[in-house]
Parts: sequence; C-alpha cells; structure tokens
Amino acid sequence: MLKTALQAFITAVKGLTVTLRHFFGARRSREALDVRKTDYFEKQGGVTTVQFPKTKMPIPEIARYQLDVEIDDCIVCDLCAKACPVDCITIDAVKATGVIGKTSDGSVKRLYAAKFDIDMAKCMYCGLCTVVCPTECITMTDQYDRSTFQLSDLTYSFSDMTPEEIAAKKQELAQFQAEKEAAKGK
Amino acid sequence: MGLALFGFIALFTLAAVYAERKIAGFVQDRLGPMETGKYGTLQTLADILKLIQKEFITPSAADKVLFVAAPVIIFMAVFFGFIAMPWAPGWVPAALNIGLFYVLAVVSVDAIGILMAGWGSNNKFSLLGSLRAVAQMVSYEIPAGLALIAAVMVAQTLNMQEIVANQGIRTTAPILLAGVWNVSEIGGFLAWNVFQAPHLLLAYVIFFIASLAECNRAPFDIPEAESELVGGFHTEYGGLRFAFLFLAEYAMMFLVAMIGVVVFLGGWNTPLPNIGTLKLADWTTGVAWGFFWTLSKTLFFVGVQMWIRWTLPRLRADQLMTLCWKVLTPLAFLCMAISGVWRVMVMV
Repeated sequence: MLKTALQAFITAVKGLTVTLRHFFGARRSREALDVRKTDYFEKQGGVTTVQFPKTKMPIPEIARYQLDVEIDDCIVCDLCAKACPVDCITIDAVKATGVIGKTSDGSVKRLYAAKFDIDMAKCMYCGLCTVVCPTECITMTDQYDRSTFQLSDLTYSFSDMTPEEIAAKKQELAQFQAEKEAAKGK
Repeated sequence: MGLALFGFIALFTLAAVYAERKIAGFVQDRLGPMETGKYGTLQTLADILKLIQKEFITPSAADKVLFVAAPVIIFMAVFFGFIAMPWAPGWVPAALNIGLFYVLAVVSVDAIGILMAGWGSNNKFSLLGSLRAVAQMVSYEIPAGLALIAAVMVAQTLNMQEIVANQGIRTTAPILLAGVWNVSEIGGFLAWNVFQAPHLLLAYVIFFIASLAECNRAPFDIPEAESELVGGFHTEYGGLRFAFLFLAEYAMMFLVAMIGVVVFLGGWNTPLPNIGTLKLADWTTGVAWGFFWTLSKTLFFVGVQMWIRWTLPRLRADQLMTLCWKVLTPLAFLCMAISGVWRVMVMV
C-alpha cells in the first residue's frame, strides 16, 4: 500500500515538473506559424494560441475556402447544383430566345441565371462543384473569415439580374413560345 | 474588522479566479482570458457583475429553506474560520486560546452546508455530489487533524498567535533546530516548526494533501466532478448564490493554506535568518513585514494548489478513501507518536 502511494507521489512530482516547465514556457509564443517552413516542428514551444482576428495563420497560395462564381462565364448548366452533396447551390434558369453571348472560354450561353444562390452555411467545402463546372466559373477562393450577424447573410447571391429584368425575360420567353405554338398550329 | 476581512476575501477571490484561469492557460500552452481589459485583468470583475445581475432561481421541487440557507452557511463556516487567524504580530481578529481547535471545528460545519445544498436542490447529481463531499471531508479531517495535533504537541499551545510567535525571533521559549541547535536568536526559516522537529515536514505534506481534499480541490474534486456529476452540489445554483459558493471555495483554499503556513511554516515570521552582524531576521520582522510574509507564503501555497489542480487527474472514490484511511491516517498517527516521543525525549 505504502509502495503504491510512494509510486503515486513520485509520478505526481514528475507530472508537476512537466506542467511547471510549460507554465514558465508560456512566457513566449511559438515562433513558427507557417507549416510550410522546414523548421516548423522545431519551433513549437510556448503558447500555441493564435489570437485570431489580430494575427492570422498563413494560408497556402492556392487555398480552397469559400466559393465564388464568375457569373459572366456561367452557362447555367446546373451541373454544380447536381454535384453538390449537401444541396447548397440553388439555380433558377430562364431560357433565352436565342444565343445571348459567349463566355471567356468560348462556350455559348443560352440561359439566363435568374437565381444563383450558394448557402455557405451548408457548404462542406468539398470542391466537387468546381470540378464539374465546364467553364470553370465556380472557384474556391482564399476567403475564409466571413462572420455575419444574420444567417441569411451567409447565402451568397451571384445572379446579377434585377427582378424586373427576370420578369422581362420570362415575358419574352412566354411570348416567343406562344408565337412558336401559334406557328405550329397553322 | 468583519467588513475588512470580507472585502479581502472578495478581492482575493477575484484575483485568485483570474490567476487560476491564467495558470490553467499557461500550463496547457494557452493564453487564458485576454479580451476584457489589458491581458484580461477585468475578466473576473465582469463575471461577478454578471452573477450579481442574475435572477434568483429556485427549482420548484427544491426544499426552499435548505436551498436558500445552504450558500450562506457554507460561506459563513469558512468566513468564521478567519476569526482566529493571525496576520502579523499583535494583528489577529480574536486571539482565542483554543484558536486552532476553533478553526477546525467551525470549518467542519461546511460539510453540513454542502449536504443541505445537495439535499435541498432535490437533484440526483447534487445529492450524489454532496454525499461524496461529506464522506470525503469527514474522512480527510482525521489525517488533517492528526497532522495538526502532531505540530501542536511540539508547540504546546492551541493559540494561533502563540504558535506563530514560537517559530521566530520573538519566541518566549528556546527554539532548537532539529532538537539540538538553539536558534532562538538566529530565527528565519531555521526556527519554523517543520525544521524544529523534522518529522513535521511529513506532517505538513499530510496536512497539505488532506487540506486539498477538504476544500474539494482537484485531484480530490469528485464532489464536483464536472464530467460525471454536472457540477455536484452546486448544480442547481445560479447568480449571487453561486457566487457565494464560489467565494466559499476560494476562501477555503486561502484558509487551509494559511493554517498550514501558521502552524508549520512560521506564519508571519521571516524566512531570512540573522547571519552574524547581518541581522536580516530583526530587520524583516514587524507588523507590515508580518502581513507581507503571511500573505506571500499563503498565496504561494494557493498557487501550488492551483498548479496541482491543473496537473493531476481526479482520484476514483475508492482510491480516495484508500489514500485517506490506509496511507495518510497511519502516517499521521506515526507523526503524532514521534511528536510525543520528541516532546519527552528531545525537547526537555
């Protein structure tokens, strides 16, 4: 019994020296923050905390954080929304009456993006949407710090059309289809 | 006097909670509170302001009288303990001739308060926590008491002020270092009880371990055991009542550290001895120095309590009882026996 107690006492003292070393080691912070540096693992002594908004950790040059859409290059194919495992992308398309332009890589645009919303609160950052995009208009950026006070602020809208424009385009489509029907009926 | 003591305890608690969180942070390679005030110094002040503003909530199934009275009794038990504690030469709220006995007796009332809190809450976690707390406190009072008796047998008085006075240059009886060398004129740490009779070092270690258990601090915090009992006996408490329980816990830490310092480590006596013409002990003994030495020694041991809390894991209930009854109590009896022999054979 006494032997166990003595053993416990000795190991307790060992533990106490370890914590005491860390206690006095807390006078300095760890020196290396960038994991790409070769001496990163040697310079990890001291306080580990990074006081986030004041100091930031270095991020890779090609960081893959929040999504961004170059709407001018989007052909509204809806592939990204279909690829998304958590369904955080919602796209409403309005058919155009003809070709409405070309993307920067030469793809032909035939649809208007009436709605292109990405719910960043749902997004799991898998990047599948960026893989399937045929025109590479949906990309991941190095932005990760976007805190908001409203949950709805985390739904990013990339469509650049006003409600009036959408209504006008829908009107145009309806008229075009009606004309087509009328032409068929003749 | 009472107000001054209460003010001191309140201030000490604020500082100690801050220190505790900082020590916890540093030990775990974190920073601790940093946002409120410079280096987070206003954090505990903000916490207490929040607690004061909170509503009094009494669970509908609780025993109203016990639930409300418990925090008051727990705090009072610890607060009354401070009455007999000496701070400096001539500075003691009440120089009782049964001082040490009184302190131990009044602090034991704490257990009743905790049982009241646990029972009154009508909550299974609270009741379990308070049962554990009472079992633990009653058990550990025995080694703690025996270790103190070992020292009292050497000091031959229960008056705290006399116990302290006989450990320094203001002694009335001759002081023998380890029972052989007269150090009445030299003083300093050589005159402390732990060095007057070396077996008291062991007694002090026993008392320190037992005192950790008495104030329910880690590694003996199974009454609170956050991971299994939510918060133990104070699960249902909030607001000012919780603040009083917290105040009691930190006051208890200070009190037990102070008892240890007074009985074993010279209380308000200086650790610096007179060396030849260098009268260090004479220069550093006095009322102001007394306050300084008492405070700094006590705060050091409060710091050690915190350091231990953030190092050692919690003991299991059976390990706790084994340590108390099979290790500490026999050792404390041994110390007491040596003290008896010491008194008769060495200190004649």
